Amino acid sequence: MPYDNQAAYDRLIFELGSPGRIAYSLPELDVPGDDVRARLPQAALRRDAPALPEVSELDVVRHYSRLSQMNYGLDTHFYPLGSCTMKYNPKINEDMARLAGFARLHPLTPESLSQGALALMHELAGMLAEIAGMDAVSLQPAAGAQGELAGVLMIRAYHLANSEKRTRVLVPDSAHGTNPATTALAGFEVVQLRSDQNGEVDLGELERHLGPEVAAFMITMPNTLGMFEPRIVEIIEMCHARGVQVYMDGANLNAVLGITRPGDLGFDVCHFNLHKTFTTPHGGGGPGAGPVGVKSHLEPFLPVPVVTRDGDRYGLDWKRPKSIGKLHAFVGNFGMLVRAYTYIRTMGGDGLRAVSDNAVLNANYVLKRLAEHYDPAAPGYCMHECVVSARRQKKLGVSAMDIAKRLLDLGFYAPSTYFPLIVEEALMIEPTETESKETLDQFCDALIQIAKEAEANPALIHDAPVTTPVRRLDQTKAAREPNLRWTRPS
Amino acid sequence: MRYLPNTADDRRRMLDVIDAASIDELLARVPPKARLARPLNVGPALAETDLIRHLRGLAARNADADAHVCFLGGGAYDHYVPSPINHLISRGEFFTAYTPYQPEASQGTLRSIYEYQTMIAELAGMDVANASIYDGASSLAEAALMARAATGRHEIVLVAGVNSRYRRVVATYCDGLGVRLRDVPAPAGVLDADAARKLVGPRTAALVVQSPNFYGAIEDLAAAAEIAHAAGALLVVVADPVNLGVLEAPGRLGADVVVGEGQGLGVPLSYGGPYLGVFAAKHEFVRRMPGRLVGATVDRDGRRGFVLTLQTREQHIRRDKATSNICTNVALCALMATIYVATLGKRGLVRVGELSAAKAHYAADRLSEIPGVALRFDAPFFKEFTLRLPKSPERVAARLAKAGILAGIPLKTFDRKLADCLLVAVTEKRTKDEIDRLVEGVRTAVA
Repeated sequence: MPYDNQAAYDRLIFELGSPGRIAYSLPELDVPGDDVRARLPQAALRRDAPALPEVSELDVVRHYSRLSQMNYGLDTHFYPLGSCTMKYNPKINEDMARLAGFARLHPLTPESLSQGALALMHELAGMLAEIAGMDAVSLQPAAGAQGELAGVLMIRAYHLANSEKRTRVLVPDSAHGTNPATTALAGFEVVQLRSDQNGEVDLGELERHLGPEVAAFMITMPNTLGMFEPRIVEIIEMCHARGVQVYMDGANLNAVLGITRPGDLGFDVCHFNLHKTFTTPHGGGGPGAGPVGVKSHLEPFLPVPVVTRDGDRYGLDWKRPKSIGKLHAFVGNFGMLVRAYTYIRTMGGDGLRAVSDNAVLNANYVLKRLAEHYDPAAPGYCMHECVVSARRQKKLGVSAMDIAKRLLDLGFYAPSTYFPLIVEEALMIEPTETESKETLDQFCDALIQIAKEAEANPALIHDAPVTTPVRRLDQTKAAREPNLRWTRPS
Repeated sequence: MRYLPNTADDRRRMLDVIDAASIDELLARVPPKARLARPLNVGPALAETDLIRHLRGLAARNADADAHVCFLGGGAYDHYVPSPINHLISRGEFFTAYTPYQPEASQGTLRSIYEYQTMIAELAGMDVANASIYDGASSLAEAALMARAATGRHEIVLVAGVNSRYRRVVATYCDGLGVRLRDVPAPAGVLDADAARKLVGPRTAALVVQSPNFYGAIEDLAAAAEIAHAAGALLVVVADPVNLGVLEAPGRLGADVVVGEGQGLGVPLSYGGPYLGVFAAKHEFVRRMPGRLVGATVDRDGRRGFVLTLQTREQHIRRDKATSNICTNVALCALMATIYVATLGKRGLVRVGELSAAKAHYAADRLSEIPGVALRFDAPFFKEFTLRLPKSPERVAARLAKAGILAGIPLKTFDRKLADCLLVAVTEKRTKDEIDRLVEGVRTAVA
């Protein structure tokens, strides 16, 4: 199903309009007084008006509508971007987030006048704690990476409170880049662990590195190959025996809702990506929300403020002397919390379990259909996503990148490519539970077709994409001659 | 379940292809002893009509800025949001896409980010802006870390007028790296230059100044730049971009890095987030910047196109050597800001600043006429000011709230020395009638 009606449009907003044209409606000045500029320090006033567009409202509407048509989005295309859980974003979530009582609520409204918002947050934190088997949850982190930072800083504070100076964090070589980046940001030395041939934790390698200087082990569960680590309980016990805290990257939580809980497996901390598992929209790169859940021994270190409940009164507790501090100017990405709350209440407990069951079924169906044509990265059943290697195609001169570009022409967004790093020519496919068998079949047919084209007609793949508004772009030029803002041609 | 399309028959046929007896068989690797033997206790599934009723009930327990007249600021402002923004950002092609990893299928997002970078750089007077950070506070924290990396120095000096919540976020980000924070007092509501000169020295990576600052006062950025640069430190300015139609671009006054909260650029109040962390810098820092950058390039046929670029700074490539751990940002809020700036344009942004400042000054004049009420500081302000009250600001605010007016922010929890103060913000949306009601309300409450 080629999607060939993308707008071919090459304007920037700065290239539209005419001097003097306006798109806004502002009130008249209705208060008396002299020109306010005379009351401001002259050196603080802008000398030249900013060079900004001068366009009409229709210019704005048409321009951004045309730009939107140059995107593939989940609403228009299957978007099997592994690790990102591009599931359907329910429209009712948007209606609820836009209720004036939420969308128009100022963050410094007194607690007594924001009881509905605080109640929602308190209830959502409780639901996330239940889902993950954790004792307490902070909703403050603005995205997964900030949730990781909160988690790692809490682990650091916990060890320091026990007068232990532990300086290292272990991270598998299959980890998301945010894990080592966060760990370094928190002041730890990052030690990368080599995975075994199946992409799982190598127990011998772990054992060798579990020294007294290790503060934490950070691992994604299911792992980034989409596989459940069968020895996870044993791994966590090994860490705990050495006083090492175990952090779960929650990017793949969509696989296990109602099946098992990180807390029950033994994890000490985990974050949640509300924009993955809990259907808040990805927005072209964000915003997300990255709440973090902890076991009780880490609770004193949670970011401030903590939402509290006393009978039917809700409040914000700032008096937490062991807290790692603040991560966000206010309480977090509240608008995303409303959406996630709406979703969980829509699904209920049984519904959430059905989410994971169907996510796992869909991924295994795709894996099975593709297994003859692409090499699975690991043996056995996968969880909510599957990783296959295009190493066979690579031998024919067709890379994972080429396959991704060809998929665009066949009407699909591409899987994640070249991740995890331990898999050669990786294609990481996460279908999610919201896609139908028909869509999965069409997608698998397309990938099988590409595998055949790689043998019969690789030039076709190398030319792709040809249906998009632009063809392959010169990345080297972009990096060598950075052009990061528009300038008026002279 | 309307979000789950697989029927029992679909599942059967898929399991047949997989050659598995049941979904449970697919889950065999999950240790039996760690399986959850009961349904998750998150309440029953609600039908849409019941859900709407429930959420409307929660929303009704909040004093929002539609039902109340809002004079609250402190880092989030009730500015005008043009109607097209919500319509345009709600288009699924924008709304439900992700980070533009496949640029050929993401030109809409990439072009809008390129426009955003251009607008922010222009407003800030900087060479380059990134695609966004989470909020103003985390943008400042990232700026502090970038200054540390750029200078090899380990102290950040902050002026007391910097939002104290931002300072706390900077402290959290800096804690593990051993960066020391030092504070310059602002007894007159603005930077004490002599104190700053004493604190800013050879160990200082950056001097951080907010203008207008948390108290609403306009700082002398040129003087701050001189102090920072004399010590070889960077000047990081926290600015509200919506003010920069009227106020000078910080880059023209000596800033090396400009960060701030972009919520005023068309982003809903939404109880504090998601907002928009603005981050702009001089060209020399581009390879040390955090976050995504979009650059222009050409495709195979020579057509103009846009891509994520300079990615070797980022976590997915550089891992523990990355300039920041940020991955997901707030692209949709940046799109709101882009459409906002396009809509307000060259004249509108100037007008928003002029109207807000004029109305704020009218409000301050009228409020200061009330016996016992006075501006706390003599320093010039813009759209927000600190008022000293003869009675408890909490009580005054509570009394006005009963009359439907959110009068301002009592400052006790931000700065104990200002426990008798109320921070009042006035945007272009406030009318003379609303301001007069505020004045009469305060007059009655303090009498």
